[in-house]
Amino acid sequence: MKSWIARQRYLIDFTLSSLLRRKVRNLILFAVYAVSIFVLGSVMLFSHAIRREAAQILASAPEITIQKLVMGRHDLIGQDYLDAVKNIRGVRRAEGRLWGYFYDQASRANYTLMVPPPDDAARALAPGETMIGAGVARARGASQGSFLFLLSPTGKMFKLKVKSILDSASELVSADLVLVSAEDFRRFYRLDSARGFTDLALKVRNSREIDTIIEKASLKLPDARFITRRDILRTYESIFSWREGLLLALLGASIIAFAIFAFDKASGLSAEERREIGILKAVGWETGDVLAMKFWEGALISLAAFLSGVVLAYAHVFFFDAGLLAPVLKGWSVIYPQFSLAPHLDGLQIATLAFFTVVPFSAATIIPIWKAAITDPDMVMR
Amino acid sequence: MISLDNVCKTYHEGRENEVRAVREVSLEIGADRTTVIRGPSGSGKTSLLTLIGCLSRPSSGRIRLGGEIISGLPEKFMTGIRRQTFGFIFQRFNLIRGITVLENVMLPAYPLGTDHAALKARAGELLEMLEIPGKAAMNAEQLSGGEAQRVAIARALINDPQMVIADEPTANLDTRLTMQFLDIVRTLRGQGKTMLMTSHDPRIWSADMVDTIITMEDGRVTAVEAADRS
Repeated sequence: MKSWIARQRYLIDFTLSSLLRRKVRNLILFAVYAVSIFVLGSVMLFSHAIRREAAQILASAPEITIQKLVMGRHDLIGQDYLDAVKNIRGVRRAEGRLWGYFYDQASRANYTLMVPPPDDAARALAPGETMIGAGVARARGASQGSFLFLLSPTGKMFKLKVKSILDSASELVSADLVLVSAEDFRRFYRLDSARGFTDLALKVRNSREIDTIIEKASLKLPDARFITRRDILRTYESIFSWREGLLLALLGASIIAFAIFAFDKASGLSAEERREIGILKAVGWETGDVLAMKFWEGALISLAAFLSGVVLAYAHVFFFDAGLLAPVLKGWSVIYPQFSLAPHLDGLQIATLAFFTVVPFSAATIIPIWKAAITDPDMVMR
Repeated sequence: MISLDNVCKTYHEGRENEVRAVREVSLEIGADRTTVIRGPSGSGKTSLLTLIGCLSRPSSGRIRLGGEIISGLPEKFMTGIRRQTFGFIFQRFNLIRGITVLENVMLPAYPLGTDHAALKARAGELLEMLEIPGKAAMNAEQLSGGEAQRVAIARALINDPQMVIADEPTANLDTRLTMQFLDIVRTLRGQGKTMLMTSHDPRIWSADMVDTIITMEDGRVTAVEAADRS
């Protein structure tokens, strides 16, 4: 065991000196490798984080949302609709929701104005108060205790005191939020209570009964559409998976270029390297020793590049808002103002990334070396 | 110690550029002796040396070491024999550039996992014996021809082999360095090492410590004679 450890130490020592002897080539290889991992890692981390965040946020969303349609378009829904569904067996809670969009001239951004649910004590607001998302706070330079001025669609200026900034861990959906009391909301849009709500939210006792409840409700409300939480999550999934897939397909060319480069640089043995292998074998190294030495060489380059690439991708996605990829991955036109993702690292994802980069690199490195190493040493040296 | 029985070595067999480097060679190389193989360029000296030193395999025929057939052994066993039995001094020395003299000398012992302090001490002793102790920390490419050859000799001796094989050891040396090399060979012979060399150089054939001279031509052994000591 002691001699095995000493042997591995000698091999690693020799590997390190071998890396230093060809430092320019190895530095180029490291840089190209790390950049490839960085790009792939950024796409994967971003897409995964955005889907995860959506799933977490939607976990507390109502199981069923009901919207009234007029001529195929979403319209306000009346109290009578709420009365019609709240007594359906299996419905635990039914309430009307008030929310709407408006374009803010000052920051040139679309905000979502919303009334928090009545049972959410932490977000209960009195008239004249507001809670805003981190994106709105950044765009308007607002902070807790300051005032937010909004020009309503009716041309009236609203002055709201910022009670607090919403938790930045859920910025994907909260970044553009402006929470206000029901009174302020109705005044802002000049919407009297007789006109009802934006939509209805239903919570059910048993999630397996959702389809049955929708079936019953649709008989009572034939002009309404029913959106389940599952549907919203699926939509998010498909949007971001599609974007991720598109980007990965575009990056496919760079991945292939990297593979060719890695194969050429890492495995295409120079005459000097072939001579070195011949010398090592001639002086008593076994094929296994040469392969172990080259394995350590490849492992050191690929692990260093892999770790650097992943760390850079992590910083890029979670600390620099994925600036290089955001226009494609976020969907610039539909998600605004800017939001930051909560840092998260998934083991399976990292393992997948390693599998598709470290393994091909190792294979590309080891096969030609094995070919050279099994040749008789005199042939290698001639 | 080593016997060859009808050994042939053909490169690129069956192709247009086929070369029959060694043809039906049968001979014996005795232990504790100094044997020199001579002959013109292309006569097959180096090929024969690589066959004897287990650096390549014969295309046909058998090679025995101490009565055991070694020519058909798997690569792992061949390497083991090469490591334990032979030390090589190559014509162009074949030191690895970019690493120190000490590392070059210790290189053949790395796969054995020898204790580092003991290995370093042994390498130091050899460099001392070869009168180049001050060169240990220098890189191989910074050495002169004579120094490089001494490092190559130290490397050949690090695993304490029974036989030292040298291919044209004086081809790149001047007269003074050739004489110094012969002194080293004399010392090694005094330590009981078996020496096997190829050479064009008459100063080698006529050296006092040479016991046997083998002459080759066109891949064949044309003469095996005891050295003339008169």
